Amino acid sequence: MTTYTDKIQEVAKRLLNDGTVDFVIGFRKGSVPMMNQPHYAKAAGDAEQFIWDSHCGLNLANYLMDREEKVGVVAKGCDSRNIANHIVENKIRRDQVYIIGVPCTGMVDRHKLPKMVDGEITDVEEDGDTITVKTSNGSQSFNKSEVLQQNCADCSHRNPVIYDEMVADPVEEQTDTDMFATVREIEEKNPDEKWDYFEDLISTCIRCYACRNACPLCYCPLCFVDESDPQWVGKGQDPIDVRTFHWLRAYHCAGRCTDCGACERVCPMGINIREFTKKLNKDCYEIYGWEAGLTTDERPPLDTYRPNDPEEFIK
Amino acid sequence: MKIVQIDKSQWMEGIEKLKEAYRVYAPVKYESFHDFKALDKGEAPDFDFQNTRRSPKSVVYPQSEILFRYSLDKNSDEYGILKEEEKDKTPKAVFGIRPCDAYSFHLVKRNFDTEDYQDPYWLAEYNKSTFIGMACNAPCTTCFCTSAGTGPYDEQCLDALVVDAGDHYLVKLLSEKGEKLFEAAGWTTEAEASAESRIEELKSAAESKVTSTVNTDNLKKQKMLDLYEAPFWEEVAFSCINCGTCTYVCPTCWCFDIQDETSGKSGVRLRNWDSCMYPLFTLHASGHNPRGTKLDRVRQRFMHKLKYYVDKYDDGIQCVGCGRCVQSCPVNIDIRRVCNMMNSYDPETAMCEVTTV
Repeated sequence: MTTYTDKIQEVAKRLLNDGTVDFVIGFRKGSVPMMNQPHYAKAAGDAEQFIWDSHCGLNLANYLMDREEKVGVVAKGCDSRNIANHIVENKIRRDQVYIIGVPCTGMVDRHKLPKMVDGEITDVEEDGDTITVKTSNGSQSFNKSEVLQQNCADCSHRNPVIYDEMVADPVEEQTDTDMFATVREIEEKNPDEKWDYFEDLISTCIRCYACRNACPLCYCPLCFVDESDPQWVGKGQDPIDVRTFHWLRAYHCAGRCTDCGACERVCPMGINIREFTKKLNKDCYEIYGWEAGLTTDERPPLDTYRPNDPEEFIK
Repeated sequence: MKIVQIDKSQWMEGIEKLKEAYRVYAPVKYESFHDFKALDKGEAPDFDFQNTRRSPKSVVYPQSEILFRYSLDKNSDEYGILKEEEKDKTPKAVFGIRPCDAYSFHLVKRNFDTEDYQDPYWLAEYNKSTFIGMACNAPCTTCFCTSAGTGPYDEQCLDALVVDAGDHYLVKLLSEKGEKLFEAAGWTTEAEASAESRIEELKSAAESKVTSTVNTDNLKKQKMLDLYEAPFWEEVAFSCINCGTCTYVCPTCWCFDIQDETSGKSGVRLRNWDSCMYPLFTLHASGHNPRGTKLDRVRQRFMHKLKYYVDKYDDGIQCVGCGRCVQSCPVNIDIRRVCNMMNSYDPETAMCEVTTV
């Protein structure tokens, strides 16, 4: 990971010094364990704070929209897919963004790890595949595969799909993963069980909208839940309104979600919000053979009309 | 002041007894965190926690609260009348509140109980609550209470302070309300004379464990406009995604929004927590928003807590150092770092001290 860090800093400095970009967006070390902070460098000196490790789980494509400048951005596989999606949706021009690609080996699950150790986590170190967790009661080591975010464990696009420069050789892609195992489990439930499952899933939601705001897809100038004239959704804690928010948000992401896991990572209550979007990802995969953000040449399926559409109702 | 001793084996018996006269709120364990909850009959609190995920402010000030009901049915006798919502009058016992969280009610009271305005809803809930603190023997690494006007054994806003002394609890009764509650629970065994020094010992040990601090000495001396116009806000605000996490987990964020929600021919007037991070916060009817950008909103939150409040009340910052926003902010904006930046800012050079905390 140190080599990635050194290379990211080196590339960022070069891009800033030769004027290729106006600024570079990456991560710097956070003030609490497992939390790196999005950071921008306008001058080579600021680039020295850039780092890379297994706590860079936010999606930096979220910081690229509606900009006028030329931007360098550090991007792992999923970030690059969201950048591709932004390009298709005209949120940024391809020639405006310089993608510093990072082959990714997955991010540590900051919700899961505290449940696996005893005491408050004071530091998390990594050496290759070994993650060592220091707590107020001692120290414990894990293999990285045990503590990955679920979306990373299931990921089949670890390498950036578009980039201008890579910081290292591509990593081997995982081919034996099953992205939709939990979706199938839910699909097998009867309607009452499904209802209970999702009610329980979002029962602790506080409507802080961190999931929505960390998501690169959620860029509406005014979200339907915020709008007050007309007001579509109640703003209190009525379960109907909480449900409406989650369901509609998920549908707005259909065919666009790259399963980057940012929504789940940022949730202060640790809700597995991907349970919603993953079902729609599965449908898009099975019906249209589509995975979001793999190309800049094609619009997402629910955003497209083709004269040869097989459905009768649309003709 | 009286100190009582409670054997841990008698604990639940007393809590069950209390439930007959009080609604008892206490921390319980959810899958991966603790939070305050009104305990059901037979339900035990769980004190094996450092800090609850959310602050207990909702016990007094719910996230969403019905104030009135109304009818829009012209055939109804109650057509067009706002009827105040009946509230449960049962007293509340807030058990196991951390001293820092109890202190937050003192700060928030300044907003809801002024000479000119008294908020009847907040005050009714506050006045019927008895705050039984649980002294904090193992503060988190993100706690900075001792430099925010409070501490792990702070007694100033509690009716009683419970200290975990191994196989038993020692309880300092700090007010009449507190004494009444402990009598109702049947916890009346006076502690031995050595209890006070034992509590002092534990208190010093706990205070020494709070290693994180903020500097606030210079905040009042800073000129408001200098801080407002400081260039560092761009850097502070960069990573912010304008979610409401910091404001919702915070014990001292008090802003609210009033909404009417109509369904068919009847409706309710609700008071919901608002957040200065949200796009509609302070949006004017004209369409103008004085805090229209992310930078404006982030600056507002920190200026309110660390400058406007400081200037207005001259009694420290509007923050109790619980560290919840530090732990929960999805993009790691750390109030300790921002506070130190504001405190050390030099308008001459436009420089400030950036601490790694």
